[in-house]
Order: sequence, then C-alpha cells, then structure tokens
Amino acid sequence: MIKDRLGKELLFFDGGMGTLLQERGLQPGELPETWNIEHTEEVFDIHRQYFEAGSDIVLANTFGANALKFHSDEYELEDIVTAAIVSAKEGANFGVHDGREVYVALDVGPTGKLLKPMGDLSFEDAYAAFAETMRYGEAAGADLIHIETMSDTYEVKAAVLAAKECTNLPVFVTMIFDEKGKLLTGGDVPSVVAMLEGLRVDALGMNCGLGPEQMLPILEEVMKYTSLPVIVKPNAGLPKQKDGGTYYDVKPEAFAETMKQIVGMGACVIGGCCGTTPDHIRAMVAACRNLAVKEPVKKHETIVSSYGRATVIGDKPVIIGERINPTGKKKLKQALKDHDLDYILKEAIMQQENGAHILDVNVGLPDIDETAVMVEVVKELQSVTSLPLQIDTVSQPAMEAAMRIYNGKPMINSVNGKQEIMDQVFPLIQKYGGVVVGLTIDEAGIPETAEGRLAVAEKIIAEAAKYGIDKKDIVIDVLAMTISSDPDGAKTTLKALKLVREKCGVRTVLGVSNISFGLPYRPAVNSNFYTMAMQNGLSAGIINPSSEDMMRSYYSYCALMGYDENFESYIARYGNRTAQAGPAGEPKTSGMTLSGAIEKGLKEEAHQITEKLVREMEPLDIINQELVPALDKVGRGFEKGTVFLPQLLMSADAAKMAFAVIKERFSGADTLDEDKAKVILATVKGDIHDIGKNIVKVLLENYSFDVIDLGKDVPPERVVEKAIEEDVKLVGLSALMTTTVVSMEETIRQLREKKPDCKVMVGGAVLNQEYADMIGADFYGKDAMQSVYYAQKLFEKE
Amino acid sequence: MNTRTKEAIRYLGYGNHAVDDQTLALVEDSFRELDRAADKRIIYRIFGVTLEETNSIVIGKLNIVSRNLYRNLRDCGEAVLLGATLGVGVDLLMKRYSLTDMSKAVVIQAAAAAMLEEYLDECQQQLSREFEKEGKYLRPRFSPGYGDFDIGHQGMILRMLNADKSIGLTMTDSCMLTPTKSVTAVIGISDKKERCPVKGCESCDKRDCIYRRDT
Repeated sequence: MIKDRLGKELLFFDGGMGTLLQERGLQPGELPETWNIEHTEEVFDIHRQYFEAGSDIVLANTFGANALKFHSDEYELEDIVTAAIVSAKEGANFGVHDGREVYVALDVGPTGKLLKPMGDLSFEDAYAAFAETMRYGEAAGADLIHIETMSDTYEVKAAVLAAKECTNLPVFVTMIFDEKGKLLTGGDVPSVVAMLEGLRVDALGMNCGLGPEQMLPILEEVMKYTSLPVIVKPNAGLPKQKDGGTYYDVKPEAFAETMKQIVGMGACVIGGCCGTTPDHIRAMVAACRNLAVKEPVKKHETIVSSYGRATVIGDKPVIIGERINPTGKKKLKQALKDHDLDYILKEAIMQQENGAHILDVNVGLPDIDETAVMVEVVKELQSVTSLPLQIDTVSQPAMEAAMRIYNGKPMINSVNGKQEIMDQVFPLIQKYGGVVVGLTIDEAGIPETAEGRLAVAEKIIAEAAKYGIDKKDIVIDVLAMTISSDPDGAKTTLKALKLVREKCGVRTVLGVSNISFGLPYRPAVNSNFYTMAMQNGLSAGIINPSSEDMMRSYYSYCALMGYDENFESYIARYGNRTAQAGPAGEPKTSGMTLSGAIEKGLKEEAHQITEKLVREMEPLDIINQELVPALDKVGRGFEKGTVFLPQLLMSADAAKMAFAVIKERFSGADTLDEDKAKVILATVKGDIHDIGKNIVKVLLENYSFDVIDLGKDVPPERVVEKAIEEDVKLVGLSALMTTTVVSMEETIRQLREKKPDCKVMVGGAVLNQEYADMIGADFYGKDAMQSVYYAQKLFEKE
Repeated sequence: MNTRTKEAIRYLGYGNHAVDDQTLALVEDSFRELDRAADKRIIYRIFGVTLEETNSIVIGKLNIVSRNLYRNLRDCGEAVLLGATLGVGVDLLMKRYSLTDMSKAVVIQAAAAAMLEEYLDECQQQLSREFEKEGKYLRPRFSPGYGDFDIGHQGMILRMLNADKSIGLTMTDSCMLTPTKSVTAVIGISDKKERCPVKGCESCDKRDCIYRRDT
C-alpha cells in the first residue's frame, strides 16, 4: 500500500505529459484526453518510458477529464477516464523490470473555471464534476488520486471533499505557487497547508509554475508549517518564449542536482512537471534513489485561514471581531430579518479596517432559517474580506453547512465539556478541519474555581484526541463571569487562563466584555481587564475593534511586550496624536450649507452640518429644503453634461450620510421608511458585471426607494419569486453583453406571465432603445439618472 | 497628466470636459491602490493565419468568420494570440468599494480598465520592437466581442493558450472573462508595414459612443 510507504521512503513521480504529447502531434487547443482513445499507443508508450526511467507513480492522462472542461461529442467521460487508467496500468506491465511496486494515479487538474463569487461556477457544481471523474477513476482501478496544478483553495477544497466522500483512495494534493509564494488567487503557504491538513489529505506540496531552483524558498516555508509528507514536482525551469511557443531549458543533470537538494530539505515524493521528460526522471532517480528520507515532523502552531491569508494564534495575541452577532444589537437583528446583507458586509469591512484579525459570525435568531442564512452570510463575507472567519453557532447543521462551504480552515465557536456536544462537534472538525473553541462548561455547569475549569479543558482535549484532533486545533475559553454578580469572577478567570496555558499548553480565547455587565462606564473596566487577561495568557480576545479603549489596550500591550517590532503598529495608529488631543479639530464647515456640501460631494462636511441642523430643524424640513433640492440640482447637471458620474455619486454618498444622521436623531424618522416604494434590481443570469446596477441602486436609495438588490448572475425564477413575494411594481435589470441579454429577455417573459402588473426597466452597455423594445422592456435607461426619473414618474401616478 | 490617468477620465465619461480636482484626486488614489492590488500576467503564442474565402479566417483550431477581423488581418501570415489579466485582487477591491463608497468603485473600475490597456500597450510595443528586427510588423490588437468577431471564440482562445493554468484566466458560461479585468486578443503579424494603423477605439463603427476617443 502506498500509504504505508509514504514518508518512510522516497517515492518518484513521473514527468511532463502535455509537452510529450505535443511533440507527438497534439495541437494547441485539442483535448489531450481524446488521445487516450484515438492514440492509445502514444499515451501507453509515454507511461512505459516513465516506468522504465524509475517512476513509482505515474499520472494517468486525465488532467482535464472533468465534465466542465472536457466537452466532446464523440466520447463519454467515463470511457476517456477508463482508457487512461488502463493505458497507465499497461505501461507498468511493460515498463517495470525489477519487480518494484508501482502505482497509477488518477490525475485531477482544475476545472478551468473560476468559482463564485469571482466566477460563475458554484462550489457544489465543482464538487459534482470532480466526484464524477473520481468515481470513474476508482472503478477503473486507480491506486490514488492526485489533485494537482491548483491555484484556488476553494476549488481544491471541493476536489478533496469529493475524493474523500466518493472514493476510498489516498489523496495527494499539489498547488502552483509563484515566486512570491502566492497562489494565483492570493493564498499563501501557511493558509494552503492549514486548510489541506484540516481536510486530512495524505500528502501535499507543489507542482508546476516554477523550476526546481525557484521552488527552494517556497519548499522551506512548506516544511516550516506542515506535518505531512511533502510532494515537489517542478517544471524544467521557468518558461521561456521562442518562435511563439513556450519551452523549458533545465537539463536532466541540473534538474537531478537540485532535486537532491529538495530531498535534503525534506520532500519525500518527487517528480517533474512541464518540460520534464523520461530523461529528467531517470537522472533524478539515479541521483536520489539512495538518499535518506527525513520523516515528517509534527508542527504545533495554531492556524486558521481564509482564501487569502493565514492567521497564526501564537504568543502575540490576536483580535476576534465580535460585531457580527445579533445578541444585544438591534440594527443587526433587523438586518438579518430584512435579509440586508450589505449591512453585515459593511460591519465586516469596518472591523477589518479597525484592526481585527478574525471575524466572529453568529446569525442565530429565533425566526430565521439559521443554516441557510449562515451559509449565505459566510459565502458573501468571503467575497469582501480576506480575514479568517469564526463560525459561531449552537446549531450543528448550520455549523456543518458553513464549514463545508468555507474557503479555508475556519475557527469554530464552539464545543464544551458536555459529552453530547462533543459527540456532535468533533466529527465535524475531524472531517473539515478547523480550530475549535472549547468552553469550560460541562453537564455540571461552569466550575467555580480555576482548577475546575482546567479539569474541563483537559477533558475536552482528551476527547478530541480520540478523533485525531491535535491540541493545536483547540483553543480554550475559560469564560469571563460578570463581576457585578460574582466579585471574584475576574480573579478566577485570570487564574484559569494562566493554568490552562501552563498545564495544557493550548491557546486561549475569551469574550472579554462580559466582565463589566451591569456596571457604569463599561469601557474602563473592559479595557483594563483585557490587558490583565493578555498578561495572564489570553491568545485571542473576542472584542469590538471599533472600541478605541480596547484597541488602545491591545496596541499598548503589544508594544510593551515586544510583539510590535520597532513599534510599527503603535506608531502607525498613534503617531499623529498628542496626549492632550481633545475632540477632532474645528469643523471646516463654516459658511457652508448642507445643500452646498451635497452638491460638492463632501461626505464629512455633510455629516457635520447635518449634526448641527438636526438640533434646529424638523427632519422633513431638512430633507425638503436642503437635501432634495441639492440632489435635484446635481441630477440636472448630470443630464446636461456639466456634472459627471463620479461627482454624481459623491453627492449621493454625501446625501446618504445626511440621511443617516437624520434617521439616527429622530427615532420617529423610521416612519419616513414606511411608504417607500419597493424596486427590485438584478444583474441577469450569466452576467457578473454589476457595477451599473450598483450605481442605479445608490441613486434610487437616495431618492427614497426601498431597493431589493438580488445581486449578479440572478436566475429569472429568483426575480419572479421575489417580485411576487414582496409585491413589487418595478424591476430593474442589467446586462453587459449580447450573450446575457437572452437571460434578460427570459426574465421579462417570466415576469409578464407571473407578475403582469410589474414594470421592467433595463440598462447596460450592450442595450439601446431598439434592443430594449425588442426584448419587451417597459423602459430603457441610458444612464442611471434616467432610471431614477422613470421610477419617480411611475410611482407618482399611483 | 499621464496617459493612463487621461484614459481613466475618458472612461468616466468626461469627454472633452476638464476634470474636477476631487475626481482627479480619486483617480490618482485609485491607481495607487490598484498598483498594490493588481497582479498583472500575460500569456501569448504565435500561430499561422490562413485567410480563406471572403471573411473566413483559420488560426490553429480557430475557425472564424468576421469581416472586421478579416480586414484587420489583411496581409498577415501569422498572428499572436494573447490573454492578459490584472488578477482577482482587483475584482475584490471593486466589490469592497461597491459596498462602502460607490464613487470610488466607479473610479477604480475606470482606472483598472486604463491600467489593463496600458499594460497591453506596453507588452505589444515590446513585441513590436522584437518583430521589427525581423522585418515584421504588428497590427492593432483585436478582441472577441469587437465588431462582428464572435465572442463565442473566447473558449478556444483560452484553451489554445492554456490560460487557466498559466495566468489564471478563465471564462463564464456566457463567455465573460474572469477575473473581470482581463483581455484576450488577436494581433496580426505581417511583412508589410501599414501606414498609420488605426488603434482600437477609433476603428469601431459605433460613432455615437460617449466614450469615443476622437469626439
């Protein structure tokens, strides 16, 4: 079995396939997998040569054999995959002359499509495509699955889950890193390692992209983070261009020399990628066959990751932003009920800008479908922030669903010492990977003493070990109890923090602000307790990053304890402040009116002036005498061509700021919302360019419309369903290209049939009046203001 | 004002009007952010071109019927196929600003378009210099979706370039490139030097376009 040999002896892969097929006549753009049937002898011969050269594992010719990439009218995917495996097995029969045990890997390359949210392929469809190929591969007799040449962590996750759930084969994964150690989609080495180890692949590493020399520094980083056997398969150098084609020029001997170095650094499965030939493999095997193998070394760092970065929870404390949690937050509750995702996304961006390292995500409310909302919120969050997320829920189905579609290795909040809860949560960590928060509470409640909490922590760690979950993937929450009800609460918590750090050697987490509940001026107590907690071993505080008091404690602590090299973070934040600085400097608004500020698009000034006005005027007067006239003037300027789009939008933003102040000051101003007309906006199915739609949205909101934004790539059915559900009288659709106007036409057709009283306005680069008439739209908006005027006219009549 | 700034302002619809200081500051700020977020990559290959009966063109496995491209490739025996992208980082940046600051989102989108064109111009100039040493000349680049060059050819161009693997350039089912700030194009190679070649924008038939350069 290959798994038994892995990490204990050196195993050799084969080299390039594509370049060799091209030499034998494969044309650029031709599907190489068709050669499995049309030129079986050629494919077989390449495999035979690799086995003769000394390869222990060859990749079957199935790199692009998935339903998304392989479109052929002549061949079934199953036949292509089966033929590939058979050829490779035959190659072994004729190419292995010394009786050594060899293996055929099902080669799984990328789908050739970008996953949502940046592309149009859903995670689930990617999974299905991989699963299909993998089932065929296992049935045809593949010995392992090698997922390779991947540059997107999300796509890899879909592939690994498919391999694990649909086959019993060992899973190897290699990714393409560039010279900076990054994936094309932005991920770095620790984020990739953390996610793949969490998913429990059997071996991981890198291939393609670089030559052996350029891979050395990246391999060094891989070795620093991984506890698994490492695979390295370089190209024969960096690609070079000649006569319009690509070639590689590292010769077999030079290749083999560097591969020796690579083995010395700790790689134990080696081979070649683009440009390497049986000669490269022969030279490599000869040079390396007798080298000693370094057994993989276990690493102990606690790491969570997102698609773009890893956050190490180490000696330097990190901040977990607490704002996406409806408990005690009226606005967030409302946003969740109203399905106002923008509000949640803005909270995320703000916390990131304020210095959070991880974001807690809790959407638990009594009346919502928590699993569905959690999945949607996590998907959306990972399209606007690269911070790792902490999935915070007591619902096991919501937890699993979110872990499945999460792009990375998440933090999970939480498990505790109750057997029933451990039985639910640990299998999920075992399957998907994650760093789990363990609360020191069990069937007997929260222990009153620090020693009691330590005992629960130990129980949690011991139970996790049964699932193969290492203690690096557990962070313990010793719980902060309100001091107003338990005067010794803070002391017990601090002592427990210290005990858990020392006795268990795990990292810790704490919801800090609980401590001051019921006291006046809570920030004072919270921020001081926060410092004390960090001093006693708190690794990750769950706090509000918008609270200056808390952030001051954090940055001061890091500066004091030597966690802030050259005080860079401290100076970046406080370099411009003096100790006595009172409120922000004098407003620059003297002599300016609100309408003036809006016309000029000055957000900050609009804010300040409105703050003053709300003390002197009625809200409706401010709106009617200042806001609306200013917006009208700017809108007319835009029509005449004296005001341009960026200015129009700056004014819109300034007006929005003023509206926000008015709403905040007058609780009764909520009634202003009540009779707002609803408008649905959507970028049609197949279309991912939504900037035009977003412009229209900002302007419509400014003119007091209640915009229901369905986003981009929206199926016709979804628009219709929402229009009926909310009884909407106006739908705005955008499309960029001729290829997607078809979906626009279909959406209109379905609306006419099922919601005939609903008008449709359309816009987008490819449209004009004639085209709009042809597809049956009620109105064509040549620019964003036209849509506003149409909407105003439409609702005036009613 | 440098070319890319001028182009970004044109994309914002300013035409011949002078840009206001606030917008200019936004444009310059956007380029600074884009310089950090963009991960520019390009891949190209050279293929033989066969111009068959009227408007029918064969480039490797591509069989194209297009009057516009045919005219563009007149006297060309070869062509460069290329794909280029600014990467997913730019898309993420635009998405974030669409939520927090729409004017910035619009300006970044225009600046990114200008940045991509500038990048392609630079690459093309470099190629052009190399070819001129061999007495060959490049035609203006022409992309699927321009004029009557069917966007349906996008998929084969990406495949012929192995663009997904090499630079992370892919497309949606409706042939839109992803990441969105990306381009594929055909550049004709000819032994004949064309007198004052017309560049992209001006050669387009849509004369009432508000973004047109020569209006």
